[in-house]
Amino acid sequence: MRAISWLPRSVKAEEPRKNVPRVLVSPGGRVPYFTTSLSAGRKAARSTLGKTTATGIGRPVAEYLQTILPFWLAYLVAALVHATLLIVLSLASGVIFVWGERKVAGRIQDRLGPTRVGGRYGWLQTIADGIKLLTKEDLRPKGADSFLFRIAPYVGWGASYAAFIALPFANGWVAQRMNVAVFFILAVLGLEVFGVILAGYASGSKWSLFGAMREAAQVVSYEVPLGMCVIVPVMIAGTMDLTTIANMQQGWFFNWFVFHDIFTFLLFGVYFTCATAGVNRAPFDLAEAESELVAGFHTEYSGFRWLFFFVAEYGSMFMVSGLAALLFFGGWNGPIPVTAFWPDHPAMNYLANFLGMLNFVFKCTFGVVVMMWVRWTLPRVRIDQVITTCLKYCTPLAAVLFLGATLWTFAFPGGITGMRQVPYGMVREQYKPAEVRAAEDHVAGHPAAESDLAVAGQHRSPR
Amino acid sequence: MQSPIIWHTFFFFLFSFLACVFAVAVLVTSNIVRMAFFLVISLGSTAGLFFLAGADLVGSMQLMIYVGGTLVLLIFGVMLTARSPLISMHTPSGEWILGAIVGGSLLAVLLQIALSPKAWQQGPELPPAAYTAVEAGTPAAAELARDPRLRPPQTATKLGLGLLGERVDKLVVQDPTRRAGMSGYLLPFEIVSVHLLVVLVGAAYLARARFRVSD
Repeated sequence: MRAISWLPRSVKAEEPRKNVPRVLVSPGGRVPYFTTSLSAGRKAARSTLGKTTATGIGRPVAEYLQTILPFWLAYLVAALVHATLLIVLSLASGVIFVWGERKVAGRIQDRLGPTRVGGRYGWLQTIADGIKLLTKEDLRPKGADSFLFRIAPYVGWGASYAAFIALPFANGWVAQRMNVAVFFILAVLGLEVFGVILAGYASGSKWSLFGAMREAAQVVSYEVPLGMCVIVPVMIAGTMDLTTIANMQQGWFFNWFVFHDIFTFLLFGVYFTCATAGVNRAPFDLAEAESELVAGFHTEYSGFRWLFFFVAEYGSMFMVSGLAALLFFGGWNGPIPVTAFWPDHPAMNYLANFLGMLNFVFKCTFGVVVMMWVRWTLPRVRIDQVITTCLKYCTPLAAVLFLGATLWTFAFPGGITGMRQVPYGMVREQYKPAEVRAAEDHVAGHPAAESDLAVAGQHRSPR
Repeated sequence: MQSPIIWHTFFFFLFSFLACVFAVAVLVTSNIVRMAFFLVISLGSTAGLFFLAGADLVGSMQLMIYVGGTLVLLIFGVMLTARSPLISMHTPSGEWILGAIVGGSLLAVLLQIALSPKAWQQGPELPPAAYTAVEAGTPAAAELARDPRLRPPQTATKLGLGLLGERVDKLVVQDPTRRAGMSGYLLPFEIVSVHLLVVLVGAAYLARARFRVSD
């Protein structure tokens, strides 16, 4: 990648190409064949909060802690820091979004919503509700399977929370950077329905079982078009690493994948529909349709366990909004690359990353608010309409748009203007064994070094 | 410098323990939904082992295919058996014995295979200095580099690319005419996929309820 002057600083941290080890055999014995563009391979992948910069201001937490703590303790503390931050985010977003939902609902229905608790705007309403829920009696129906009944909310919340591990909040600010982050998030988010099914079955109630079955059918169906929608940005970017995907949309807003071509623009609509249905939100909230099923799968729950279902739901909403922001709306790369014009100083780069995180969280919150807006605007659809929407509209639409985006990328690899520095889909170096590269070099008149053949998998800078 | 191996070992044993304990729990439970739940924990712990080994893709695959697949199994289990006596399964002792024989012989075969790789009998890894020497390209590096422990491990990458239509193991062949014939296994792969799709559609057709409007 050539250096581009108008790139944001935060992006430049992504490309420590010169740090690529010459021999890709890591001490762990694992060879990252495909990760040449991700620079230091697993070392980079292991980097946690704060991308490694030349000056070391944003070193990974574990690396920094090693200097002041014993080794084993450093890793423990680093892991706890990440886990705690994400748990706080999961719970705090639940608290804030429940309040936001009530305010949005109130405004849309031409009333005020909560106004009293905590002074203006009733911003402490959710805390009060939470305390009330904690003091409620923990009921369990007589016919319930008590073990599964008790564990179900935590299974659902655990799945929703585990997906946050791979969600980057800014360039390099991620609990665990994975090169298959998109796939991991989809796989883990799909497990959230497990808690719902367990709850529905274990409650020993007809309402709960019906709700759980509806949710199961719905979520399993919607995973198909959702997966197809997610594939397109992945295909355009040529990687499943969310950090790299977001970094490829650097600069102005027209670099966002949603504006990549007409197909991705339309595809975002399909993605949003499928994501709304996937996290079981209105108008697709058949699993808890209160007009038919009392409260669906959580009919029999009260108190703390019920709270966990809610936190899991809002966590998932945040998650799919975050995925949308990363895949379609540039992640932390704002509409205007303000931080690109800053002086290249470690502190300024850190601040740029911080602003990027705020940008990203704003986009996620905006997505959640749109979901609320949709919920309080549209009426709930019937279960057959839900499945029809998935199978007869979303899946074919996603397939056609996927095909269109593929052809578009094939026709214009450098974008319409041909100004893209890295043609999408060409991020990774072509896979070639060492002996082939050596043979090609020989033909080209650059005889390969002896060690080239000896050390299989030796890295060569990409041409 | 002390290595972080203790956490690695700790989590390895934790995940292995969970996987084994809940695998046994699947056997001894008679409730089908609890069985599925324990199976999910066991398979999820196996995914944890994959993540621990650095195989993110395989771990995610495990979550998506096996854990998610068990989920669908559970849905069908609950849907089809929630109101019938099948929800609680009791295994007769004859089946226990038969199962123990089959499972035991399979375990013996798997153990035999698992302990056979040569790489596992080669002793510990090279000291870190060796890697640094190779990286720095010192004269001793060429000698060191011949050590089999420094070779890239055999991965499924070539096979995967072969299934996608790119025979990277045959890139050495320079003759374009011969290269044209090496198109990988994309066509067989697609044929198998279409077969599976046909089977699924057929199963759905056979299983659907036939409602007739009688007038």
